[in-house]
Formats: sequence, structure tokens, C-alpha cells
Amino acid sequence: MIIEAIGLRKSYGANEVLTGVDLSVEEGSVLALLGPNGAGKTTAVRILTTLTKPDSGTATIAGYDVLREPARVRGAISLTGQYAAVDENQTGRENLVMVGRLMHLGRRTAQRRTAELLEQFGLTDAMDRRVKTYSGGMRRKLDLAMSLIARPQVIFLDEPTTGLDPASRSAMWDAIVELVRGGTTILLTTQYLEEADRLADRVVLLDHGRIVASGTADALKTQIGGERIELRFSDEVQLLKATGVLDGVAGELVLNVPSDGTAAHLHHVLDVLRDNGLEPERVSSHRPTLDDVFLALTA
Amino acid sequence: MTHAVTDVVTMIDRSVRLARRNVDTLFASILLPLLMMALFVYVFGGAINTGTEYVNYVVPGILLLTTGYGAASTAMVVADDMNSGMIDRLRSLPIHSFAVLTGHVVASVARNAASTAIVILASLAMGFRPGGGVVDWLAAIGLLLLYVVALSWLAAGLGVIAKSVESASTLSFFMLFLPYLSSAFVPPESMPSWLQPVSEHQPITPVIETIRSLLIGTPMGNSGRLALAWCSGLLLFSVVLATSLYRRRNSR
Repeated sequence: MIIEAIGLRKSYGANEVLTGVDLSVEEGSVLALLGPNGAGKTTAVRILTTLTKPDSGTATIAGYDVLREPARVRGAISLTGQYAAVDENQTGRENLVMVGRLMHLGRRTAQRRTAELLEQFGLTDAMDRRVKTYSGGMRRKLDLAMSLIARPQVIFLDEPTTGLDPASRSAMWDAIVELVRGGTTILLTTQYLEEADRLADRVVLLDHGRIVASGTADALKTQIGGERIELRFSDEVQLLKATGVLDGVAGELVLNVPSDGTAAHLHHVLDVLRDNGLEPERVSSHRPTLDDVFLALTA
Repeated sequence: MTHAVTDVVTMIDRSVRLARRNVDTLFASILLPLLMMALFVYVFGGAINTGTEYVNYVVPGILLLTTGYGAASTAMVVADDMNSGMIDRLRSLPIHSFAVLTGHVVASVARNAASTAIVILASLAMGFRPGGGVVDWLAAIGLLLLYVVALSWLAAGLGVIAKSVESASTLSFFMLFLPYLSSAFVPPESMPSWLQPVSEHQPITPVIETIRSLLIGTPMGNSGRLALAWCSGLLLFSVVLATSLYRRRNSR
């Protein structure tokens, strides 16, 4: 396990932010810490990246203890925080070279990596402009590029797409997918279920400083129920009849029938209805979303 | 160790570049002392009796005011840094914790050296006629440098604990105020008796008296030793204070 945390606790005054969090992340995988504002996501990341000390608990990153060997941990990781950590009054290129040098790359290597990353993130045209002239999306890209300059083993992304427009968000997702393909381990925090669903191998659901569920996105969805076919009828009589011939859960003018998601099953359901002279107004198929999981578990 | 050197050099490079591009601060730290000097020499000077040409009396004080002002702006630069997203990145890098503050202090000293040079040139144009040989000048410059470094570290420490740039500017206000209570602009003997001890027993007065003695030949007395003691003590105190505040803020 490249990230291993046991029993992390942290309070600020009477406010318990983390109440015993365990995490483990396999090398080369993506873990999403999912939770609403104030769930403790950022605090967990700050502890793992040596910026904050836990009240109790231990954590190791790439085999180094965050409390006893912070310098070694910092050499193995990078952090991209919620707010773009870039110098407004330096150019994109100056920002990158500076971080490269602080990661102890040689001058030439720092310059070569800078050129590569500017190219990769489409910032070559803007490289000699001061960052204060960049758009929000460009800043985030530069921020991520700065995190990648020394090819860290583990990357922490704290809400990497919060506040981005849809196009920039999608570009950021592509960049993250690219990193994963290159074998980097990523721990990201997000409030967006879609983001966790799309990027993460495993999802940890955090609420009020404790883990309420964890597993693959699929496993979490299965945990609260599988797929279903939703049949909507125009009146109560039809609904009542349908409830008699199909095994399902009735709602207001709606019958939910559990399904295995195949076309054959859908055919079967519609055949049964037709044979009984029933005609639903609408038919739709539903997979539970992480939203359902989230609401079911944090409500 | 070589990493420590790279870290510090890289951070100095950054701070100097940022300072050079912060045109407002740069401009103000040169212009304000020039205006103050003009104000004292041409407006108040005629009414203040110091027993010498007032311009000769006031220039050492103006030099300290200049450096104080420049050093105080370090507090704002550091506070700006500490409250930006950049500080989290810098702290999550494998660099020595003193590198960030050292960068700002060195940039502050460089900025002060430039503005002090300009103020000296302007003072010559306004009629400042210093004496003193090369050794006296070198000693005066050395003392000013020590004073600036000490004050910049103190300002950096204030910048670390400030919650915002605004509060940093309030915290550093006293650095700008202290020279007025010293022998910088008027002889302490002309102050009310309860204020005279404040003026005599604060770091600025011996520094000013030493520079006056070196440049225009007033009696030195024990000012030189006092000035050195004050500045070295202040430097030691400030470095320890600033770095420990920086570390403590790190572990929250």
C-alpha cells in the first residue's frame, strides 16, 4: 500500500474534524475521498501531505512516516490544493522552473520538464505571460503541471475541478486519466459524485469526519440496490393491475421492477404487460447513481 | 547542504523578481522618504534649531526612516504569501523552512539598498554635505545594513503571524513610528522630560547618532557600541522569532 493511514483524528477546539479515519491506497490506483463541505476531506489531505499534524493516528506515504520523515514524504508527493498555488506575478514558465529547482532537479532538467509540461497542457503560447493574465482554467492547468514537474509517486488533488467551467473540467479529467495511465497513484477529494464515478478505482465516502462507506463505485451502487425498470401509468387502476402481475415496488402511479439490465428482461416485462392489456405511459431504466448512494448513506 | 543553498538561492530569485514587479511598493518605498526629506528640510527645518545645518542633521534620520519603511513592507509581502495558496505548495515541497523567509529578507535588503542609494543622492542635491572618509562611510553602510537585515527579519516574523495583508501593515506601523520618537528629526532635549527617556533608550537613537558621528562628525560617545548591541540583539531575536513562528504555523 503506497498510502496507509490508521486512526487519523483531528479536532480544532471542540470541533472534531476527523474522528478516526483509516485509508489505504494501492500503488497506481485512484482513490476518491467523496463528501460534502466540512466532511474533513481537506484536513485528511493536509495530514497526508505533512501540512497538518494529526492529534492521533499514523500515516505512511511510499513507506515514509508523515510525522517522523516529513521531508522524505514531501520528496515523494505533490499537492494541488483547492486554490491554484501559483505566483501571479511570475510567468508560467518561471513558476514551473522554480518548483522544479525546489524539487532539486538540475537546472537543465527543470527547464526541459518545463517545456514538456507547457506543451502537454497547451500553455506554450502563454508561457511568458504573467499568471495574473491567465484564466481560471489555465491557472489550474499550470498548478497541476507544477505538481508533476518532478514526476511524484503520489499526487494529491484537493477538489481539482471545483469552480471550473465544464470545458476546463473535462480537460482536467483528461489530464488526470492520462496520469493514471502513466502509473501515478492519485488521491483526490471531490464533492462531485460524477467525478468520483469517472476517475476513481475506489471511493471513500466521508461524512462528519468519519468514513460511512467505501469500495468501488459499482460496489457502492449495488450496496443500496441494483438496476430497476420504472413503469409509469396513467391511472391507479392500471397500476394496481400491473402490481398483480409483476414483482415490483409501487409508488405514486409508478411501478419499480428490479432488473438485471438486459434487453431480454425488458422484453419480458413489456410482454407481460401487453398480455394483460396494460399499456404504461412511460418506461425508463435506472441504475442507481452515486447520488443515490450518497443520499442513502449520509441522510 | 547543497540543497539548502539551491533552496535559498531559488527563493531569493523568486522574491527579488516579485519585488521588482510589485511596482507600487517599490515606488512608494522610494518616493515616501524623498517626500519626507523634502518636507523636513524645506518646511519644518527652518523652525527646528539643532545647532547645525538642518539638512545635515536630518539626513541620517531620513535614511533610517527609509529603511524602516522598506523593511516594514516585507511584513506585507510575507503576509500576502502566507495567506495565498502558494504557501501550501511551498510547504509541501522538500525545502528548508528558512528558505522562504530568507528569500523575502534578501529581497527586502536589496530593495532597501536601492532606495537608500537614491535617497542619499537626492540629499546631496538638497545640500547635504557629509564629511567622513571611506572607512567612516563603510562603517555607516555596514551598520545600516545590519539594521535593515534585523528589521526585515522582524517584519517577516510579523508577516507570518498576520491574518491578512491589512493586519500586517498595522503590525508594522510601529516600525515607522519609532523614528519620530528618536533623535531623528529633533534633538531629544527639546522633547518633554517624560518623553526623553523613551527617545534615549530605544534602538533608533544610537543608530542615528552613530551614523551622524561617522558622516558629519558629531561626538560618537558610546553610541557605536550601543547601536551594534541593539542591532545584533534585534537580529538574533527576530530570526529566532520569525523561523519559529513559521514552523509553528506549519503544524496547525
